[in-house]
Amino acid sequence: MKTHKGILLWLAFITACIFTIVHSRFTADLSAFLPRNPTPAQQILLEQIEDGLASRLILVGIEGGDPERRASLSMEIAKKLRADPRFASLSNGEDVYGERDKAYLFEHRYLLSPSVTPSRFEVAGLQEALSESIDLIASPAGLLFKSLLPRDPTGEMARLLEQMESAPMMQDGAWASKDGKRALMMVETRASGSDTDAQQRAIEEIRKAFDQSHAPGMRLLMAGPGVFSVNSRETIKGEVSMLSAISISLIAILLLLVYRSFVALILSFLPIISGALAGIAAVSLAFGTVHGITLGFGTALIGEAVDYSIYLFVQSGRDKDEWIRRFWPTVRLGVLTSIAGFATLMFSGFPGLAQLGLYAISGLVTAALTTRFVLPHLIPAGFNIRDVSAIGDALSRKVALAKRARWQAIALLLAACIVLFMHRNDLWNEKISSLSPVSQADVALDAELRSDMGAPDVRYMVVVSGKDQESVLQTSENASSILQNQVELGALGGFESPSRYLPSLRTQRVRQMSLPDPATLASRLSQAVAGLPLKAERLSPFLADVETARHQALLQRSDLERTSMSMAIDALLIRHAGRTSALLPLKARDGKDIHAQAIRSALAGLDGVLLIDMKAESDHLYSGYLHEAILLSLTGTALIVLLLLISLRSWLRVIYIVLPLAASVITVTAALALFHQQLIIMHLVGLLLVVAVGSNYALFFDRGESGISECSPKTLVSMLFANLTAVAGFGLLAFSRVSILQAIGVTVAPGVILALVYSAIFAKENHG
Amino acid sequence: MMKTSFLLIVLALAPAFTFASEWNLDLLMHDLAAVRSDHASFVEIKSIAMLDKPVKSSGELYYAAPSHLEKRTLKPRPESLTVDGDNLIIARNGQIHRLQLQKYPEIAAFIDSIRGTLSGDRTALEKNYKTSLEGTPERWTLLLLPTDPRMQKVAKEIRIKGERNALNSIEIIQADGDSSVMTIERLTRP
Repeated sequence: MKTHKGILLWLAFITACIFTIVHSRFTADLSAFLPRNPTPAQQILLEQIEDGLASRLILVGIEGGDPERRASLSMEIAKKLRADPRFASLSNGEDVYGERDKAYLFEHRYLLSPSVTPSRFEVAGLQEALSESIDLIASPAGLLFKSLLPRDPTGEMARLLEQMESAPMMQDGAWASKDGKRALMMVETRASGSDTDAQQRAIEEIRKAFDQSHAPGMRLLMAGPGVFSVNSRETIKGEVSMLSAISISLIAILLLLVYRSFVALILSFLPIISGALAGIAAVSLAFGTVHGITLGFGTALIGEAVDYSIYLFVQSGRDKDEWIRRFWPTVRLGVLTSIAGFATLMFSGFPGLAQLGLYAISGLVTAALTTRFVLPHLIPAGFNIRDVSAIGDALSRKVALAKRARWQAIALLLAACIVLFMHRNDLWNEKISSLSPVSQADVALDAELRSDMGAPDVRYMVVVSGKDQESVLQTSENASSILQNQVELGALGGFESPSRYLPSLRTQRVRQMSLPDPATLASRLSQAVAGLPLKAERLSPFLADVETARHQALLQRSDLERTSMSMAIDALLIRHAGRTSALLPLKARDGKDIHAQAIRSALAGLDGVLLIDMKAESDHLYSGYLHEAILLSLTGTALIVLLLLISLRSWLRVIYIVLPLAASVITVTAALALFHQQLIIMHLVGLLLVVAVGSNYALFFDRGESGISECSPKTLVSMLFANLTAVAGFGLLAFSRVSILQAIGVTVAPGVILALVYSAIFAKENHG
Repeated sequence: MMKTSFLLIVLALAPAFTFASEWNLDLLMHDLAAVRSDHASFVEIKSIAMLDKPVKSSGELYYAAPSHLEKRTLKPRPESLTVDGDNLIIARNGQIHRLQLQKYPEIAAFIDSIRGTLSGDRTALEKNYKTSLEGTPERWTLLLLPTDPRMQKVAKEIRIKGERNALNSIEIIQADGDSSVMTIERLTRP
């Protein structure tokens, strides 16, 4: 009766897990690195990464062929993608909005131009503006503005155009890189950057448009945040499936050699599969999306989950109830130890780490429970593993010898401590990039296309936050005038601001009020032209336009629609959760760094204004995670000690169990330091896994209470096999190209071997 | 004796006559195309209807075949206009503006005519202009009349004068009657 209950329950559980997983979302974007409880500055970073315009941009390059062919291909692809509703915009240099842009600026020049002040329309101001316009007309650029002179003699349009960002280089009618070897496009997806599935479809759509154009010898390049997450998801997926396939095969061969039974082999995998399913399902339910890092970690856990069934099969032989009675309590304590180690991770502010903690706990508990309550009922009658007593006896002799190596082990441990002390300052890698699954090639391509585009990666950004658009625009204008001052002082190369395209209503009103009535303006104008080669009569269209501007409706955000500036406004003026923010990206002067502190103190007087150093902020974020993770791991270690103390009720036994585990952790960390591998969070997770796997060994060697003084040969064999499978499972990760998987591999594989050896060496000698 | 000297004169003149009769736009273009780079000073006088008196500016010109042209104005205030392929870069008031030539037909019309002449690219010139050549290799005048209606809105005629492979002046008459005359003096031998 109980038999069926266990199996039925398990089947129901597995079905539920599969159902959950089928409905899960998988991602590999930066979301795993974003804090769960962000500061205001981090909140803005977070929104930008998840949904900001920058996250929705795909940079496209076309190489090969000749410039003409590249340009026509660029236009061909652009035409297809512009018709696709999945893309919000596509820029490749073709003049889509040119006329509308010009019309917007020209018709609203008196509301938009920062030089519109009352003094500009006094006699002296007019005279100065007019002589400047005459100079402009005589200049090479004069042809552009000559026709505007009668309507705009004060040159407001020229002033507005001066502020606009310059576009990339053109070649045969399409954007091209500076060296003229690539055509360039900028695609904006409608879906947000954090929607990896939609980003993948968008990328496929671009590739399809390119492929349909049948361009032999031409190459399509793509970069951008969406491309990053799609590519790294693919990499992680590929590596995870390849590495798990290899490690499962290795483990299967090993187990088959010992078990000589396919049924037993399949049964050994039940805990692994159940654990993996439970882990993914739990993460999906708790976090909404499952990150690629978590999936990669799943591969790693195969090596530990298989241990439970090995203990069952090798140690129990024919009598399952005997195993449950004698060994299960030890395994259970091992599982509890692992849970104690991983539980603290769930409290990490770093969602990636919290996912790992939850995955590990639910995976290990499920694997252990499956081993305990499902497997014993499924073992085929008459199942017997290969006779391993010879190996067992040999191991027993080795273990007896091992105890004589205590002093050597202690010496090694001391050496490791010295190494760690010497490397204490450069042990940890505090840069967030160390954790990024994005390949170096992708990062390099992105940087290249960005510089081709003349759009360098923004490091510093002034963020203005407030309750509504009007107040944010007003503050942006104040910040802008301070920043403009810094530009003139040479401290800054330039900056962008949404108030440039959409001034606050207050400023628009002030500008409107600076415009004099027609009679006043006419009389001032006639005085101003004295001495200038310009007749006032010719400027009557100017008088008419100023009069129109005085009664013009003020500009609203909607007026920008269908101009290329609306894209800028969408990117720079953000509404989120009842709060409005303006972003003012700063540009350094050529070859010079921005002195953040100087800018920060210049802006100090303004409320709701923040200068964010994106790079420092994200590194800071990560080093915060790292320190937190170290603290959490230490707490986990304390919990493990407490748990052992409660269950074993003996300080001495706890010390005998903790000593080999601590020794393995110290030795592995020292070895990594010696090989100049700076530790990232994933090494820390690896060390926790060493403790989780190693605790089983230490506990088996302990077993003092049960009255069996020495480990039986069978137990030793089971540990050896468990160790070999763990090394097979984790060791392969060391060869991964994904840094986070590699970190786990290089830590756990040597760590578990050391844990077994140290456990044997430091095991308590019961009878002298 | 008398006959001999007469013959000599005839002989001396003969090449010039044959040259003159065979000389045509293709040969001029060929001569011009041979100049790979050039450096000259200029004085430009613009007559703009809107302004009561002409404005004068001066500076230097640089050219590198086939599509790089730079006009560096030094007076009345320093500024520069550089054309490279499709790109137009205007440096003025300490600011640099990068524009796309094709978006500004007003400027493109003139630049294409001057660049086409400098590079000796007859096909490029005849794509947008009706050409007619007068004079001798020592003193020629190339008249360009725009054929493209869009360009006709801006330019009425462009008159380029030169000797051998050097340009002496570029006179532009705009559709609205405004005009400019740029006098050019070569500074380096190609």
